[in-house]
Amino acid sequence: MKYASASNSSFGVRITLRHLARHFGSQQIFTNLSLDIEPGEWIALVGRSGCGKSTLLRLIAGLDSAQSGSIHIGHAHPAASSTQSPDIRLMFQDARLLPWKSVLANVGLGLTGNWQDKAQEALQEVGLAEHAHKWPSQLSGGQRQRVALARALIHKPHLLLLDEPLGALDALTRIEMQQLIERVWQRHRFTVILVTHDVQEAIALADRIVLLEHGRVGLDQTIPFPRPRARGSAEFAALEASILERVLSHAAGTEPVFPHPPSSIVPSTLRWAL
Amino acid sequence: MMSTHIKSLIGWAKHSSSTPADTTGGHTIARLSRIRSIGFKHLVPWILPILFLSGWQWAASAGLITHRTLPQPSQVLKAFIQLTQSGELWTHLKISFGRALLGFAIGGGLGLILGLITGISRLSEQLLDTSIQMIRNIPPLSLIPLVILWFGIDETAKLFLVAFGTVFPVYINTYHGIKSVDVQLIEMAQSYGLRGWPLFRDVILPGALPSILVGIRFGLGFAWVLLIVAETISASSGIGYLAMNAREFLQTDVVVLSILLYALLGKATDLFARHLERHWLKWHPSYQKGGA
Repeated sequence: MKYASASNSSFGVRITLRHLARHFGSQQIFTNLSLDIEPGEWIALVGRSGCGKSTLLRLIAGLDSAQSGSIHIGHAHPAASSTQSPDIRLMFQDARLLPWKSVLANVGLGLTGNWQDKAQEALQEVGLAEHAHKWPSQLSGGQRQRVALARALIHKPHLLLLDEPLGALDALTRIEMQQLIERVWQRHRFTVILVTHDVQEAIALADRIVLLEHGRVGLDQTIPFPRPRARGSAEFAALEASILERVLSHAAGTEPVFPHPPSSIVPSTLRWAL
Repeated sequence: MMSTHIKSLIGWAKHSSSTPADTTGGHTIARLSRIRSIGFKHLVPWILPILFLSGWQWAASAGLITHRTLPQPSQVLKAFIQLTQSGELWTHLKISFGRALLGFAIGGGLGLILGLITGISRLSEQLLDTSIQMIRNIPPLSLIPLVILWFGIDETAKLFLVAFGTVFPVYINTYHGIKSVDVQLIEMAQSYGLRGWPLFRDVILPGALPSILVGIRFGLGFAWVLLIVAETISASSGIGYLAMNAREFLQTDVVVLSILLYALLGKATDLFARHLERHWLKWHPSYQKGGA
């Protein structure tokens, strides 16, 4: 992976993907994937399970490498210092906090010098200042994800990669978390790539929805609604329905839900599973 | 014969426990919770030992148990007081305790270091693990003849036996602890720039610690077992010597006292290990709010 020069500002990075190919053994994930992401843009990657959303995220994060093609991550203003590589932070579905460190120490992980004040500030930003000295096991799932967000934010990332970080949360906590990440993003304007199964979440948060299918970009849809977005509105619902239909219709052609119609089951072939 | 006896005992236990539990189960639970709320829960573990002791005292004083078989608990207490006053008890206790601790420090320390090395480095795992697993299967007590030939019957022999026996529980649990540290946490820590010593100190060692402490508890327990054997075979001091010496003079009270001392010392070291657990694992959910 090649990094262009990065400035000290927390402004987001531009991402250019060209002709990416990645396969695991005989299984092709991408054949020829190209995508441009503007600095400070929020992209939502959607698609069915196994379409390669998470693989793409890991490629961008540098946790995995492509067999061919190029990934270019760089600043909009290459005039800035060329020594610093852009800061990329990844949030997973589970918070991955160290259970033996206090919440505050988890946020300050990997920092040196006087990190306590910065960590306290980052916790303040996600609304957990009063939980700084608790153990992670004493927090709820949503609070743990907020700690993980604070841990990412303290590094002033240029690019935040979210791998379904809200997938394991209940509906209300989920919406709270979505609003929190949106607020933080509006303040810092880093680039965000959000992998999600939830089309509604993608429409509520992203500037652009990118649908991955058959190893390519199947749909690249800009979301025109102003923020904050009202989920109840008719346009919102119409867009959600059309994108969902697009995701499902294309998948149905290649991957039948029932390999054999249920009517073909003959009662005499059934066995009791006792 | 033995097995049928045990079976009948179990059958009896099942039979006798089923009836009262069925009729007064709810009542018992209510009373237990009341006892707990008053704060008597520290007494509950001692109910059985106290019942046992008073039963023993009664049986011995009623002549059901001869002095040659078992002394009265009160006689054991008397022996305890006498030996304490003469200072003999304290001397032997100190010597045994010192042997157990020093032997464990050598063996446990070696096990910890070996476990850390093989857990972290793939090369040393390949180099060392097979050999260690082979040596592990040697029963430490089978080495006694060799140990006596090598070291005679002095201190080194006892320390060697204790150290040899305690290396492996600590080694295996340390190794296993490091191997079972969550890979996702390591990946996360690496993405936050932790490498080398900080990664070990902040992620790998704390992750392996619960398992290491289990190894330490096993090792300490085993240290006492080995020391007892070593001291009863050949020694001129220590609790084992006290017991063997008393046997020659048919002093069953001193013999029983020595056995009890071993039990108490074992319990004391176990309490120490549990204290370490409480201190080092206070982040662990099962050690928060007093384990509740």
